[in-house]
Order: sequence, then structure tokens, then C-alpha cells
Amino acid sequence: MDLFEYQAKKLFAEHGVPVPTGKVATTPQQAREIATELGGKVVVKAQVKTGGRGKAGGVKVADGPEDAYEKASAILGMDIKGHTVHSVLVEEASDIAEEYYASFLLDRANRTFLAMASREGGMEIEEVAATNPAALARIHIDPLTGVDAAKAREIAVAAKLPDAALDGASTLLAKLWKVFVKSDATLVEVNPLILTGDGRVVALDGKVTLDENADFRHPENADLVDVAAVDPLEQKAKEKGLNYVKLEGQVGIIGNGAGLVMSTLDVVTYAGEEFGGQKPANFLDIGGGASAEVMANGLSIILGDPSVKSVFVNIFGGITACDAVANGIIQALDIVGNVTTPLVVRLDGNNAEEGRRILKEANLSVVKPVDTMDGAAKLAAELAAAAA
Amino acid sequence: MAIWLDENSRIVVQGITGGEGSKHTRRMLASGAKVVAGVNARKVGQQVEGVPVFGSVADAMAETGANVSVIFVPPKFTKDAAIEAVDAAIPLAVVITEGVPVHDTTEFFAYSKSKGTTRIIGPNCPGIASPGVSNAGIIPADITPGGRIGLVSKSGTLTYQMMYELREFGFSTCVGIGGDPVIGTTHIDALDAFQADPGTDAIVMIGEIGGDAEERAAAHIEAHVTKPVVGYVAGFTAPEGKTMGHAGAIVSGSSGTAQAKKEALEKAGVRVGKTPSETARLMADIMRSL
Repeated sequence: MDLFEYQAKKLFAEHGVPVPTGKVATTPQQAREIATELGGKVVVKAQVKTGGRGKAGGVKVADGPEDAYEKASAILGMDIKGHTVHSVLVEEASDIAEEYYASFLLDRANRTFLAMASREGGMEIEEVAATNPAALARIHIDPLTGVDAAKAREIAVAAKLPDAALDGASTLLAKLWKVFVKSDATLVEVNPLILTGDGRVVALDGKVTLDENADFRHPENADLVDVAAVDPLEQKAKEKGLNYVKLEGQVGIIGNGAGLVMSTLDVVTYAGEEFGGQKPANFLDIGGGASAEVMANGLSIILGDPSVKSVFVNIFGGITACDAVANGIIQALDIVGNVTTPLVVRLDGNNAEEGRRILKEANLSVVKPVDTMDGAAKLAAELAAAAA
Repeated sequence: MAIWLDENSRIVVQGITGGEGSKHTRRMLASGAKVVAGVNARKVGQQVEGVPVFGSVADAMAETGANVSVIFVPPKFTKDAAIEAVDAAIPLAVVITEGVPVHDTTEFFAYSKSKGTTRIIGPNCPGIASPGVSNAGIIPADITPGGRIGLVSKSGTLTYQMMYELREFGFSTCVGIGGDPVIGTTHIDALDAFQADPGTDAIVMIGEIGGDAEERAAAHIEAHVTKPVVGYVAGFTAPEGKTMGHAGAIVSGSSGTAQAKKEALEKAGVRVGKTPSETARLMADIMRSL
């Protein structure tokens, strides 16, 4: 889960990483009140989970409360790369002497953690990496020892930060590592990390990605979810413990196992090319069990999507045998009730023939058994096109 | 012949008293695997499915000669369980558990690397099976007989699908390495082991979106693998920025795409199937030509 800047900065502050004083506002009136409280010049910053908001006009300096009201009015409701601005962060304007870059992240390829830091901050770090790779220091962090004061200083020195910033940056980096570890983040990034006119090192921006697998030890993370941005069907699926992702197409997909479902999306897309570009409507992995109840939950979510014109149930009977899955599908149709959307079912693996026989004998008009995955994908795409 | 799991494998199940642990102990035993011990510090002396429960992996190893651990404990306790297995210096630890925080995995993997005595497979994986010989994890044992194809995969069900489609040839060993961002055993580790295994003639490699493990494997195949390799990659049509079921299956910006993985594999001389069935046909053609 990606956090908004204001959420990231709150985490930073909790771990002693210096950030400018500020508060989040959802209305221009609130922005004015916060600016009054802060006094002096403020910065009004669009809260969106995407880069490039400065260029898009989503970050403005305001001279005082009335100006903050005006700037917030202009920014709230803006569209930045498809993200609507619902809130702004109003914070004290900083006296920026220099801009740097620092981050800690999971290094998947090397199966360890990585620190990246640079004297060149404030711009896209990918750009620095591409145009001036020598300016970007990359230091591996041993997960067993982490970042202590000495390691933090090593990172700051490797980034070629000037002497004036070394102490401040080292202290900040050690605290930023605490944020990374204590909040189970896979990324904490500060861009820019600034040196102020009076010699302080401050995190002027913040980007944090949290590992949802660690939610069990962070109950507080539930409050960080951007409820407005969550698809209602995805929310419903989550409440039922299902792994569902809403997509743009017309063919509803249910399968068991993440890899098989990803593969099903591909096969349906290929098959759909022959039928006017029919595409998968969703990703839904019902897991290894595939009981009637889970199948019914999955079906009701998929059929709750008005764009779904056909459904492809793609099951490989491994741990659960196909005869049990076939009975599960029949019961699920009964539980959901009044299903008119055609259901193309492919059963393969353990007891597949028995499963197919059960479906055939049930003689349900909406159920269309097909023996192969490729054939089933084709029929599902064809039926979706016919219903459009 | 097989890799990492053979007729001498003696399995200890960590978390044997839990629902999943006891169910899969029963299944492993039914498949003929030698499950010799379980671990639960609070249930020492009890039996599960006729298998004795010990207080620690070290005790189980000392008493039964166990040399493979299969870990079914919940995510909260997985790091401690893996570290216990590494401390006991068991040669192979298979972590089935899904949902382990990546900080925990990175830590126990670093720990196992520092000790250098335990290979970890997983987490979030179906385990490893050498059909007809032994089975450590949850891979259904009766899909395919033994044979001479090696298989390494990030996905459980796609592994089963491939085993099923190629059952007329059979498999030496099937390794599910798991779909998490950090895993203990990579495609490359398995490719090297299959290359060295006299019982394996050809290799199926299944990947999916996220990270660059497949690209790295492609480069490795080009330099070090002489046995024929057929590949499959899932997730060509997955949207950017969305996690597709597996914690590691995510396209971030332009990195981790299925297209890039396919191109890297093909450049290394690997034949890549467009669908699982086409992939199986490519492998069947190779097996018939050998």
C-alpha cells in the first residue's frame, strides 16, 4: 500500500525524522485556518499517489491565509495523471539551500535491503540514475545488522553530501531506517531531502510503500487506507477473504491459484481478439479449496459487476478434486440464484471426468463445460461478444 | 534421480498439529513420503497421523534423522520457525506459508545465508515433489509418475497443470519456488541443479510478472545450461501497479513485465509457449525428439 505524503510525514515525525510543520486540508476553508495557525508563507501541496505533481501545478506557495485559500481552491479537485486531488497538505515554507535524495528499499533481485542516496535531489531519481549514475550511491544493507550511526554516515558520505549536511543527514538516515523497519515498509523515499539556510537537514517530501503482509502487526494501518479510491467490488471481495482485482473487460474470471488466474487473463485476451477485443473483467483467485461457499462468494462478486457478459471458471483439480468443484459450482448457482450470465467451466486434473459428468447431468442451461483452457477461453469470449 | 528430494529424504513438519500441517502430513504419508517427525514445543510426546511430535527441529533431527523440514506455521511465527530450522542446520527447509512479511523473509534468508547450511524453498510455495520418490509440501502426488523432466515454477496451480499435461513423460523433480518478492531458492538455483542431475533431460521453467528473476535466469541459461529449456510466463495482460494474487506479482512502471521476460528467455534460446498447453506441447516435442 502506497501512502500519501502527509501520511508518510506523520510516520517520519513519529520516528524523529525532521519534517516541516503542516496539516492536511480537504477544503479551502481548512487550508486558510491551517495557514493562519502556521503564520507566514506556506506551501499548498496536492495529495496524490503519483509523481510529477509539481509540474502539473499541484504545488503552490501562498503568502498568507487568504492566498492559501485561493491556492487550495485551485488545487482541490484537480486531475493529476488520472488522480483527483481530494486533499492538500498545507505546511510552513522552507528555506531551501540545497536538495538531495535518500531512500531505503527492498532489493528483490539481491534479496536484501538497499540504501540509495544522492547529492542531486528534487528531480526524478530515475533520471539521475540514467543521466548521471555516478551521482547515485547504492549501498547494500545487511538485514541482520541494519543501519546504525556509522552505516548512516557511510551512506551520506557515499552520496557525496557536503560537510555542512553530513551530521544532519546521518542522523536523519538512521531514523529513516527505523521508519523502514518498524513500519514494515518496502520503500521509504525522501525527495528532496533538503539542507535549510540555517543548516538543518529536513525531509521535504515523503513516499512510503507498506507491506500488506505485515498488517497483522500494524492494526493502525487500517486507518491509512484511502477508502475513496477502493473499488467497491474489491472491497466486498476483501471482506469475504477473496483475492479480486477489477479490470476493464467483459469476461468474468474465476480460477484457483494466482498463476493459473494470471494465465487465464492472458488466454482470454488472446481469444478475445477474434471477437472484437473481449477482455477479462477481473482477476479472482479462489485458492486451492474451491468449496461451494467460496465459489458462491466469488460468483456473486463477479455477477455484481454490470460489465460482465460471460464468466469463465477455470479450475485445475489438485488438492481439491474436480467432482467436488463441480458440485460446488452447482450449489453456488443455487445459493446465488437467478443466474442468467453464461458460465463456461473448464475442469482439469484430479477426477476431471467425473466433474464434467456431474456438470453435464445437472443439465443447467447457463453452464457450458469445455474440456480445454484454450477452448473455454474462446467460448467465453464469443459468448461475451454475443451478449454485448 | 532427482534434485534436493530423494529416497533418503526424511521429513519433519513444523506446525504438524495445525489444520494445514496435519492435513498435508496425512497426504504426504499417503503418497509414500517418509514423514518421520513433527514439531510443536507445547505438544511434545503426542502423535499426529502416527508421527511423533518433538519440541524442536534439532530434537526431531537427533531422534529421527530428519533432513528436510516443511513449515506450515502461520505468518506471525514463520520467521522464528525458519530460524529454528537453520539453527538446527537442516539441509532443506520448505516454507509453505503464504502471507509472510517480506522483512521477516529477508531476515531469515540473510540468516540462512550467513550460516550456509540450509537451503530454503519458499515462502508462499507448494513445495517440492520428486514423483514416486518423495513429496515435501502440498503438491498433489498422483498427477504424474516419475520421469525425466525437471520443473521450476513460481506458481502452484500452473505447476500442477504442467505436470498433468506432461504426465505421459513424467518428472524427475518439480520445485515450486513461490510467488513472494523474496524467496529462498530461485529459478537459477533449480536450473543449476537440474543441469547437474543425470536423471533430468529437459527443464520447464514457469515465471510470472514482477521483479527480474526470469531475466536473470535467461542470462544464466545462455551461459550455463545445455539441457533444453521450455518457458512460460503468466501475466501479459496484468495492469501496471496491481498485485495479482502473489505478493511478488506486480508490474511497477515498465519493470517486471511478462513481455520483457519472454523476450529475455527467447533471446537465450528458450522456447516460450503462449499458453500453458502450448508450452506443454513444446516440451512434449522435445521429449519425443530426445
